[in-house]
Amino acid sequence: MGKGSKVFKYGDNVDTDVIVPARYLTTSDPAELASHCMEDIDASFVARVAPGDIMVAGENFGCGSSREHAPIAIKASGVSCVIAKSFARIFYRNAINIGLPILECADAAAEIQSGDTIDVDFESGAIRDLTSGKEYQAMPFPPFVRGIVEAGGLIPYISTKMRREGAAPAASTAHPANKTRRGGAAL
Amino acid sequence: MPMTMTQKILAEHAGLASVEAGQLIEARVDLVLGNDITAPVAIREFEKIGVATVFDRRKIALVPDHFAPNKDIKSAEQCKTMREFAKKHDIEHYFEIGRMGIEHALLPERGLVLPGELIVGADSHTCTYGAAGAFSTGVGSTDMAAAMASGTAWFKVPKAIRFNLRGALKGWATGKDLILHIIGAIGVDGALYRSMEFVGPGLASLTMDERFTVANMAIEAGAKNGIFAVDARTRAWAASVSSRPYRVYEADPDAEYERTIDIDLSSIMPTVTFPHLPSNARSAADPAKTPIDQVVIGSCTNGRIEDIRAAAHVLRGKTVAGGVRCIVIPATQNVYRQALREGLIDEFIEAGAVVSTPTCGPCLGGYMGILAKGERAVATTNRNFVGRMGHPGSEVYLASPATAAACAVAGYIVDPSEISEAPRRGTFESPAKATATGASQEHSK
Repeated sequence: MGKGSKVFKYGDNVDTDVIVPARYLTTSDPAELASHCMEDIDASFVARVAPGDIMVAGENFGCGSSREHAPIAIKASGVSCVIAKSFARIFYRNAINIGLPILECADAAAEIQSGDTIDVDFESGAIRDLTSGKEYQAMPFPPFVRGIVEAGGLIPYISTKMRREGAAPAASTAHPANKTRRGGAAL
Repeated sequence: MPMTMTQKILAEHAGLASVEAGQLIEARVDLVLGNDITAPVAIREFEKIGVATVFDRRKIALVPDHFAPNKDIKSAEQCKTMREFAKKHDIEHYFEIGRMGIEHALLPERGLVLPGELIVGADSHTCTYGAAGAFSTGVGSTDMAAAMASGTAWFKVPKAIRFNLRGALKGWATGKDLILHIIGAIGVDGALYRSMEFVGPGLASLTMDERFTVANMAIEAGAKNGIFAVDARTRAWAASVSSRPYRVYEADPDAEYERTIDIDLSSIMPTVTFPHLPSNARSAADPAKTPIDQVVIGSCTNGRIEDIRAAAHVLRGKTVAGGVRCIVIPATQNVYRQALREGLIDEFIEAGAVVSTPTCGPCLGGYMGILAKGERAVATTNRNFVGRMGHPGSEVYLASPATAAACAVAGYIVDPSEISEAPRRGTFESPAKATATGASQEHSK
């Protein structure tokens, strides 16, 4: 763990329309999307955010539209991790698929305050609030999902898998995913 | 292992005898959908995978509907990216302007989603097709890219909530009022990661268009999918749109549900959902008579022919209140044309409304009816988040087409029965027609 990252704290049900308003969806350029990130609920976010900063929020973060532009905008704004009580399911998938680190941890989401400095170990799920001195443990990803993250996201994962299996793949009962029972995360 | 309807469809598509809640699976998809906002990102990711072409050019649907007909140069570039990709890979179901419609109204109309099928779409309202007894869910652009290349997608098998419907809707209450009521009752994360399965004797009274509206907004309760048990009405509808074979899945009698919610449909009243969350449901009989500036009737939620007929019924012989803009957007070219044949377009214009060709436009604050600071709109759309239809200081109130039309006449939020007497239920439903190729082949499982 390093010297810590600054926290931007938000409430429950932060939707993808406020993360990046649809009026800016005429582009998919990450830097341009990042320049409008959070502007409808926190107009000063873009000016204040620095690389490595962390977002902490309440329940159902990323609800609403499936726009991948939302996690792309957060990632491109320099945010290194989002911690929430819970995530909306499409946002959760999208974050994994594009490689934006996210952690579910109700206690951390409730107690960490805006402006706190925190340290996050994404691998272990350990969260340390350097301002309050409190420590938290988030649920780590299940193995199948870690496989996608470790491959660098869904695209390199699928690319490798398709090369291995040859052309015209279909659903395969032999795939590791079909042998994995009871994953821990909510997808 | 007993399974829910959703679990059975997922098991079949994963090539497994059974699945259980929490299990991670990789499943074959029957259709992959994208639009002019999400497909350009998916196409960029697809190019990185390193495959020569898509898994099946007949199982991909690309619909320019959000900012199309192109609202500006950047939107035109996004539509062009999708058009060129469709041409390069010879995508069968690419819908150019003139044949397009709002994706979730268009695909069912074209017979591209049938009972028992598994559909993923890079649009959160892909859950709409659960009305047809299909498993369908929204994903992101990267998921779409991977599915276009591989024909598969990964899922965590969801738990389920059962909605047991009894009785029948009455008066001006519609499927929209039902789903607004449900989201108001369980909250915007009340079904987070879950399936919402709609069953029970009350199902028979819901028209297909109403079921599409209900399933469409499952995402607004956080659900992975909403799905309706298949009945005679579903079968008649399926036969009217396609001659492809399909498979009907039924939940096992002892399938596990996290909870069962009983709903007496006769208790549902016209509902308006206030800003800024889809769970702020209230009675349409608003004592404050909240004044409004705009009404939008359309979208993937409520732009089907029954919706347009209901709105026209309320506006017939009346006038849109001074100071109110009323914008009507039939969801597909077929809906538009049918409304034209029935004289409804003329009635809207007579009443002082404007009628647009199909587009998602104002629903997501794209164009064709953006709100200024402080303005209020009653809309038949699906979200009332901050800034959803324009300025972050504007407000969106969600309602049924009949309620929205009534509000347009009154100039404030009002119960439709105060403006127009409710007709007999089923008045706006189209009689189901079998396709020329005959009845669909069907198997039960």
